[in-house]
Amino acid sequence: MPLSTPHCLSQLAASGVGLLFALAPIGIFAARRPLGIRLTYAACMLICAGLAGVALLVLLTPASKLGFIHIPVGLPLGRTVLGFDPLSAAFAVIINLATAIISGYAIGHGAHAREPLRIMPFYPAFIAGMNLVLLAQDAFSFLVGWEFMSLASWALVVSEHNSAENRRAALVYLIMATGGGLALLLAFGLLAGPGGGYAFDQIRLAASSGVGSIVLILALAGAGSKAGLVPLHAWLPLAHPAAPSHVSALMSGVMTKVAVYGFVRLIFDLAGPPLWWWSIPVLLVAGITTLLGVLYALMEHDLKRLLAYHTVENIGIIFIGLGLSLAFKAGGLGAAAALALVAAIFHVFNHSLFKSLLFLGSGSVLTATGERDMEHLGGLIHRMPVTAVAFLVGCIAISALPPFNGFVSEWLTFQAILLSPQLPQWIQRLLVPAIGAMLACSAALAAGCFVKAFGMTFLGRPRSGAATAARETDRWSRSAMLVFAALCLLAGVLPGFVIDSIGSVTQMVVGSRLSPQAALPWFRIIPINPARSAYGGLLLFVMILIATAATAFIVRRFAAHSVRRSPAWDCGFPDASPATQYTAGSFAQPIRRVFGSVVFRAREHVTMPKPGDTAVAKLRVDLHDTIWEAFYAPVIRLVEGAADRLNKLQFLTIRNYLMLVFAALVILLIVVGTL
Amino acid sequence: MTQEWFRQLLQAALVLGLAPLLSGATRKIRARLLRRRGPSVFQPYRDLLKLIRKETVVAENASWLFRAAPYAIFATTWVAATLVPTFATGLSLSGDGDVIVIVALLGTARFLLALAGLDVGTSFGGIGSSREMMFASLAEPAMLMAVFTLSLIAGSTQLSAISAFMLGPNGGLNISIALALVALIIVALGENSRIPVDNPATHLELTMVHEAMILEYSGRHLAVIEAAASLKLLLYISLIACVFVPWGTAGDGAGAVAYAVGLGAYAAKLAVFAFLLVLFETAVAKMRVFRVPDFLGIALMLGLLATILMFVSKVPR
Repeated sequence: MPLSTPHCLSQLAASGVGLLFALAPIGIFAARRPLGIRLTYAACMLICAGLAGVALLVLLTPASKLGFIHIPVGLPLGRTVLGFDPLSAAFAVIINLATAIISGYAIGHGAHAREPLRIMPFYPAFIAGMNLVLLAQDAFSFLVGWEFMSLASWALVVSEHNSAENRRAALVYLIMATGGGLALLLAFGLLAGPGGGYAFDQIRLAASSGVGSIVLILALAGAGSKAGLVPLHAWLPLAHPAAPSHVSALMSGVMTKVAVYGFVRLIFDLAGPPLWWWSIPVLLVAGITTLLGVLYALMEHDLKRLLAYHTVENIGIIFIGLGLSLAFKAGGLGAAAALALVAAIFHVFNHSLFKSLLFLGSGSVLTATGERDMEHLGGLIHRMPVTAVAFLVGCIAISALPPFNGFVSEWLTFQAILLSPQLPQWIQRLLVPAIGAMLACSAALAAGCFVKAFGMTFLGRPRSGAATAARETDRWSRSAMLVFAALCLLAGVLPGFVIDSIGSVTQMVVGSRLSPQAALPWFRIIPINPARSAYGGLLLFVMILIATAATAFIVRRFAAHSVRRSPAWDCGFPDASPATQYTAGSFAQPIRRVFGSVVFRAREHVTMPKPGDTAVAKLRVDLHDTIWEAFYAPVIRLVEGAADRLNKLQFLTIRNYLMLVFAALVILLIVVGTL
Repeated sequence: MTQEWFRQLLQAALVLGLAPLLSGATRKIRARLLRRRGPSVFQPYRDLLKLIRKETVVAENASWLFRAAPYAIFATTWVAATLVPTFATGLSLSGDGDVIVIVALLGTARFLLALAGLDVGTSFGGIGSSREMMFASLAEPAMLMAVFTLSLIAGSTQLSAISAFMLGPNGGLNISIALALVALIIVALGENSRIPVDNPATHLELTMVHEAMILEYSGRHLAVIEAAASLKLLLYISLIACVFVPWGTAGDGAGAVAYAVGLGAYAAKLAVFAFLLVLFETAVAKMRVFRVPDFLGIALMLGLLATILMFVSKVPR
């Protein structure tokens, strides 16, 4: 059995990543034929499934039996170290599981691509880059993988380059990714110090909290911009929807998780023991991200952009868990830190499932109707029944409603929040309940947001011809969505297994773990002690099923059996036109009135013609993207202004150019001389 | 073990049986306060039977979701209601659902109801769903904040533990608990479509919220939804009673006498709360829809204040 040697698992994983990299050039040739495209996606699916399996084995193996591969290439005097430890293995299971299913969806969906040559080579490279980030045990290969991931996904964003909107999205993404990469580069440089030991085990030995504080800010900027923390989220709702839908799922459901991993690796593992105040910026940013993300999503009528904004919200929830864990770790409360970290990583897993599912669903809708705008959709539950069921499951799960998985991680986060009065600093004791209120608010708003998303897209009457003529999607796509939906339910009713798998991660990162959960009766989970809190998702699910079935049976047994179909009642004024339905805009209007007037400076202008005048009455709503206007617009103005000024340099005479060169030379000499 | 299951099943049957009676009682008291005679307290049972026997009319373009939703809404509400200790604590399911789960189960029911309101594609259904979700966006966090306060004081999110703590030597009213109580009452009014927020008796189109969502339902579907609505009212009253007036509830392993006392105490609490609810309803006028966020916002702020006071006052266990 080759599994007996310590680093065979690392070798297996590395060869999997190598295969993915090799698949990229093959993709160029495969893109010519539909069969080639299908086979490439199928290969991605199989490799990712294998990688997920390997990572799961790593997670179940005791840490002492794990070994890394050392390759003598890389930076001068450096070496490349590859392999999974429990932390990266947990993330590898999550991202490869989701990626495998998404690739399965792409076997059917990828055939719809207009220019497959613009997608095929980059798709495996993107996955390979993400896996390399996880596999890396030194800063150099981490950053190589990170940049591979950024550039390959940029190429995928720009694959539908015909629309100006997509090109702009790609540009913003490229700038943000470059900045983020730079921040991470600096962070690793600081951690490695003057000695220049770039392997993670060397960094761990040299870590000091003084450098750590700067690393925290850099990690928030670098990993946070990739994950979508406010105010660095601006590229995300532009770029994620611009890509083909299965790539959107990959970017939103999977790539953001790699960013979370980067943050956890840097701050929890490499930066040394945390200081007490580190959690404060993380919690503040996370809380604001959560609330703003969902409010932005509510204002959005474009299905894919709504989902992308909602990713921002979920990233906020994950970082709330991380921030709490950081606070507990700094305060010496190991068990509580483990609970908060479990909540965060559980939510990472959950989000990878339901966000991928929802993006795949939106992809099916887009293929079937050619529409992303919810104002032109409706009634698809009749035309696309399977997609509708899967999408509904995703909507309930993402709204953190039992018995699905989103609720479990949110419940765990709440339990962690309720432990925080034990924290030593009063500033955190004041901050945490406010963050809890933000989390509670965003959970309720998320439910509203997904009632809107599902209701406007799948329910009601079709609002356009395209929606009337929609056809159900292909078999591969349907199966992939149903697999995701089933996993959402499974993770919701059997959460103990997920929590137990994360145990070795919390042991490694915060030095403590929750008691084993999977063996408890009825698969209930008891994170702290039974007198404090417990949740039995399976039993509740069974009870709800029994109650539903019993009620339906009894009521139908004794009820009058006649069911008549008739036109809608609508208080006696039914209108034949689908335009009289509530639209996405009108659905969100009450919430816009309550929250939007402050957050988005929303103003409504009504133009009402005088009685007798036949002019059209108009309602115009002005919304401001406050974050963009506060953070990005000034920078853009500055850059453009500077560019305008510097533009003059292009039209100087030869004399002026010579003078410029001479002046530059003198200044450089002075600088060199003084050093 | 078996005793726990027996208590649990008894409770499930009890809440189901009592819920229409509670609705009937509130209507009767309301009528008496308005110097009308009012229908019998048993009228809701007759209404349910009548609806079940009637023909069910379903709109032409309604989907399977429209027909399945009532049963799922009823079931989730019922399961949530069985998690709240009424006459006895120590239920077999109390280890499976704490008070956060109860809030979330009601959230699931509301989610499905809002979807059902949108399914037929009429403007009234849309109005109802849209407003319901707006109210929920303030009411649900307010409820959670109140719950946090209680959980922090009792050191547990289990309702039976909170109830036991309030009975114990450290229980009793303090400023946080009082604020949480007010928040919970406001939320309960909002969530049950009671008067200052919504009018359960209205059919005036532009003021409806709950009624607008279920406008298209008839026959047995409507019966199931009405039953779920009365269960929800019972649930909220039981919840407030269980936490703030926990006296008389039979404890774990109690004898037959304790159960009888528990049942009697529970009936008395329901009657008192029903009377107070109606008294409040007759004394205030219904608000404009866009005044409701202010009303519910007060609950949210009170809840937050109560929690923060808990966080900074002392270190709970």
